[in-house]
Amino acid sequence: MDFLRPATLAEALSIKAQRPEAVPIAGGTDVMVELNFDHRRPAALLDLTRIAELREWEAVDGSVRLGANVPYARVIDELGDRLPGLAMASRTVGSPQIRNRGTVGGNLGAASPAGDTHPVLLAAGATVEAASARGTRLIPATEFYLGVKRNALAPDELITAVHVPATGAPQQFAKVGTRNAMVIAVCSFALALHPARQRVGAAVGSAAPTPRRASAAEDFLSGELTATGRWDSPEPLPDPVVRRFGELVAEAASPIDDVRGSAAYRKHALSVLARRALGWAWRDYSGKVA
Amino acid sequence: MRVELTVNGRRRRADDVWEGESLLFLLRERLGLPGSKNACEQGECGSCTVYLDDVPVCACLVAAGQAQDREVRTVEGLADGDALDPVQAAFVEAGAVQCGFCTPGLVVATHDLLDRVPRPSDPEIREALAGNLCRCTGYEKILDAVRLAAATRANGRR
Ligand SMILES: Cc1cc2nc3c(=O)[nH]c(=O)nc-3n(C[C@H](O)[C@H](O)[C@H](O)COP(=O)(O)OP(=O)(O)OC[C@H]3O[C@@H](n4cnc5c(N)ncnc54)[C@H](O)[C@@H]3O)c2cc1C
Ligand code: FES
Ligand code: FES
Repeated sequence: MDFLRPATLAEALSIKAQRPEAVPIAGGTDVMVELNFDHRRPAALLDLTRIAELREWEAVDGSVRLGANVPYARVIDELGDRLPGLAMASRTVGSPQIRNRGTVGGNLGAASPAGDTHPVLLAAGATVEAASARGTRLIPATEFYLGVKRNALAPDELITAVHVPATGAPQQFAKVGTRNAMVIAVCSFALALHPARQRVGAAVGSAAPTPRRASAAEDFLSGELTATGRWDSPEPLPDPVVRRFGELVAEAASPIDDVRGSAAYRKHALSVLARRALGWAWRDYSGKVA
Repeated sequence: MRVELTVNGRRRRADDVWEGESLLFLLRERLGLPGSKNACEQGECGSCTVYLDDVPVCACLVAAGQAQDREVRTVEGLADGDALDPVQAAFVEAGAVQCGFCTPGLVVATHDLLDRVPRPSDPEIREALAGNLCRCTGYEKILDAVRLAAATRANGRR
């Protein structure tokens, strides 16, 4: 095995071009578990932690460009106001030790259906920035997740950043787990309001082979809010609307039965999470507009 | 490969390190620092918690090569010679140690908590120690130890 430690992104990309089989390692919270248990014996590890440009974030044009290797602890400390949904999801990841090391880039690289940041990125309308020696491209989060632990990266590409719209509007993330800390989600749900576009973003995690958007639920609720003028005067939402939204979110999922929960339980839980998250977000929004 | 790093203030070198090896293995097996414990090797138990550049991490999830030129502080580096750190002393005094396996990780995690939050509330303590499992104590004595350590530090009896 080789241990490769590029000091710059350019160097990392040129290594990845020559050795596409090299496995990137950032926080290592997924990679090291696989190595410790001999589930993986890559020919080379490509350590990304020396690359300063991957550890930065900046605000550009109403979005945050979040470097792939910014750990969760910093997302929580530094981005709670700009990216509330991502900060909420980051707070639920593992333990303090895991949040000190684990990164959003690593969550994307692993592309687990249960990754906590995925529904948030989908609901927020985020874009993944991928780079190779051939150049840089932007992949909408909706096109990034291809299957269980499979993503849209080419073998010579690295994730350099994720661009997350910072709308200033309420966002929510909710997750069902068997205890408060250190659990993989049984199912999870993220909601983002986009008042400027009069749209609602909604997505589910741990409830299908990939994280996925609940498009019918998004269309239904966005339509209702626009038709009733509620974006401008956010009256309380009628019960049947909230209920229908929950049902449509549950319908977006195609969960399986496994040790963590049955498919039926996951669907039911998602409809409950969706109703609650909507209630919280709408109350926030009403407070902001009033 | 060779890895050079600073451990508890001393420059150390390890040769013939396997490229997929963890920092935990390097500390225990190559540098003779058995304080950090190896229990799960998957980030679940926190018994291997060390500071890496002042940030508490699971040493089992850091590749040894990632620690090149970095600074590591283990539980062995908290005491000042024979004088225990207030957190260590509080664990002894409160009886928060039974088999002791989880203790080094808990001591490092508590040390970090009290540096950031000198007088933590109970929920803050629970949150900060959520990544550290203990199979013996039932946690009550551990909570006592953290409260005691906070009080000792606040009274300046360092
Ligand atoms: C005890 C424990 C609890 C956990 N709890 C949670 C949880 O609650 N929620 C959750 O979502 N996850 C959880 N995880 C999983 C893990 O912490 C996250 O997936 C984390 O985001 C991974 O980030 P990392 O930087 O450690 O990634 P790494 O382990 O370094 O890498 C993960 C994958 O991404 C690839 N990769 C990393 N960076 C890049 C890049 N820049 N470009 C391309 N590929 C890249 C790697 O090759 C690898 O395949 C947990 C893990 C542990 C050990
Ligand atoms: S041995 Fe590292 S967390 Fe358990
Ligand atoms: S004292 Fe035995 S595991 Fe905690």
